[in-house]
Amino acid sequence: MNEPALNGMAQTEHDRKKPLLRPGNTNCGGCGMSIALQMLSRAIAGQPVQLVVPACCGAVAVGNYPFSSFGAPVVMSTFACSAAVAGGLARVAALNGEETRVICWAGDGGTYDIGMGALSAAAERNEDILYICYDNEIYGNTGGQRSSATPLGAATTSTPTGKPEVKKEILAIMAAHRIPYAASVSLAHPEDTLCKLRLALEMRGFRFLHILSPCPTGWKSEPSHGIQLIRLAVRSGLFPVLEIRDGRQMTINVEPDFSDLALAEYLAMQGRFRKSGVTAMVLRDAIRRHWETLRSAPTGD
Amino acid sequence: MRSELISANHAAAHAATLAARANRKGRGFCSGVYPITPSTECMELLCAQEIEKGQVVRVEGEHSAMAVCIGSVAGGARSFTATSSNGLAYMAENVVAAALLRLPMVMMVANRTLGPPWNIWADHGDSLLLRDSGWLQFYCADNQEVLDTILFAYRLGEDARVMLPVMVCQDGFVLSHTMAQTLIPAQEQVDRFLPPLSVSHRLADQPHALGSVILPQQTEVLRRRHHQAMGEALNIYPELQREFAEIFGRELPGPLVGYRDEDAELLILSMGTLAGTVERSVDRLRERGVKVGSLRIRLLRPFPARLLREKLARARRVAVLDRDISPGFGGVLWGECRTCAGAETLVQNYMLGLGGGDVRPEHIEQLVDDLRGRESAGEPMIMEVGV
Repeated sequence: MNEPALNGMAQTEHDRKKPLLRPGNTNCGGCGMSIALQMLSRAIAGQPVQLVVPACCGAVAVGNYPFSSFGAPVVMSTFACSAAVAGGLARVAALNGEETRVICWAGDGGTYDIGMGALSAAAERNEDILYICYDNEIYGNTGGQRSSATPLGAATTSTPTGKPEVKKEILAIMAAHRIPYAASVSLAHPEDTLCKLRLALEMRGFRFLHILSPCPTGWKSEPSHGIQLIRLAVRSGLFPVLEIRDGRQMTINVEPDFSDLALAEYLAMQGRFRKSGVTAMVLRDAIRRHWETLRSAPTGD
Repeated sequence: MRSELISANHAAAHAATLAARANRKGRGFCSGVYPITPSTECMELLCAQEIEKGQVVRVEGEHSAMAVCIGSVAGGARSFTATSSNGLAYMAENVVAAALLRLPMVMMVANRTLGPPWNIWADHGDSLLLRDSGWLQFYCADNQEVLDTILFAYRLGEDARVMLPVMVCQDGFVLSHTMAQTLIPAQEQVDRFLPPLSVSHRLADQPHALGSVILPQQTEVLRRRHHQAMGEALNIYPELQREFAEIFGRELPGPLVGYRDEDAELLILSMGTLAGTVERSVDRLRERGVKVGSLRIRLLRPFPARLLREKLARARRVAVLDRDISPGFGGVLWGECRTCAGAETLVQNYMLGLGGGDVRPEHIEQLVDDLRGRESAGEPMIMEVGV
């Protein structure tokens, strides 16, 4: 298969025989979800999985009946409740002694916003599921409206002059549930991505992964710039890459260099920040304060 | 088989538990539950049961309760939940989803008035809100019927010719909290009546998308099949009724339950426990020489239109009693039934017992007097039964 982590190298023994995201899917060019699904495919390898996809670009990506772009069994849930549907599937698999890993594949709208209640409750019950939020910071398939994952200053179709509020701190919220594993994933760091996906697949109980997923359509960026954008977001400290075990032990996986240049470049490469004129200067303080909070947390080292 | 003095909420929980255990040789049982008055005691008793290869998930709201049921049946397990009123309304999106995904399961609805303002007493406005959700809908008249209908609902909904979820409704408090001597079947009997559930479109190991994007043409096909499956449920009803009687040694009532209706010139149509009051009134009115009978609609979806047409053919005057209101229209049951009467038949709608008002035989006698005195049908009437 086409292995993005290895620059398109041929299939290895770790690869899934059939890709999780099949060719012919309708995702936009440069969609971060496509890359993330291919990474997930590699992490899953031979394990039996079932996916739950709520309303999101992922549900569109599955394609039109009777075809499916997903090379795994998948059920489309209603928008707000993928975590609850997944809980049902996971419990039935366990009752039947099956090794099936149940994965929620949800966007930021279905995670941060409308799905938050079901997500929080499933985490509190420590359902044996892997919840992956591919966060494109926008309601993508409804045409790009703001969500609570949309960052400060980003123009969306419902905040045409830029969002006045800051992005919700999802990882802290999930960690506060004391779940076994919560981590943010950088698609620009494939080893980090694969390592976390594999670990999260292996673990039991509720695991949460947050993937910042470039959306050229909504971010008004070049499709080929997705990975570079994520790298800049990580370097600048805008997107901390870390993992938190049991809601207590935090490990920073990638140290940023807090480059203002990287931050400015991240903003300049996307059309969505143009109207509000949000600058690296504006964001720098908030990033610094956020990292101070992060550093003061107990570490897993 | 044993006999116990139990409420209809507990009768429902016993039925669900028996059905759950009966699937231990299948893919087991998993249910999402959330409390709401007056259905709560049902989920409480279910939570107290030991179920081999079964689990009950205590979730954070009705929407997720149904979501757990959807996930469970999508995984091939049997499922159950119970709710009432605003809980059902909050659950609605997933109620529809379960039917559209053709996932058979049973939900007990202890009917309660929708709010606010908050009123915990019974009317049918909650489940009628979901009349068009694609679920089968039963309305029961006593505790035994609640228990029996839940077992029957599993068998009917899980039949490969039907593959649909079933709502079993009972009037909140009137039944849900009223104790009555109820026969609880032995597990072995239920095992015989309910073979392990087989959902051919369940999620297994192979790539398979359940509920993906479809086009108008495919939607037309699916809706037609859904509609046909409803029709099949009516067709196979008598066959399953016979089997029920053979295994449990008692009759399960049909979609329509008549009482002294054979020679009746006046017919009173109703649903749920209202029919009990109507039947007592029929006895009293018959003593006065009024040729009146009762018809209880037990199965609202699929609607037993053919059976009802036959029953209404002989009646000159029909009163349709609604413990519900569709503001701006009238009674929902009236809307359903009036098309089944002949052109010569006078059909009058009476909405009464809204918000759980206590309907007594004198109210029925009043409306029968009104019906007899009419030259033609009028606008739907709201009868206030007071405190």
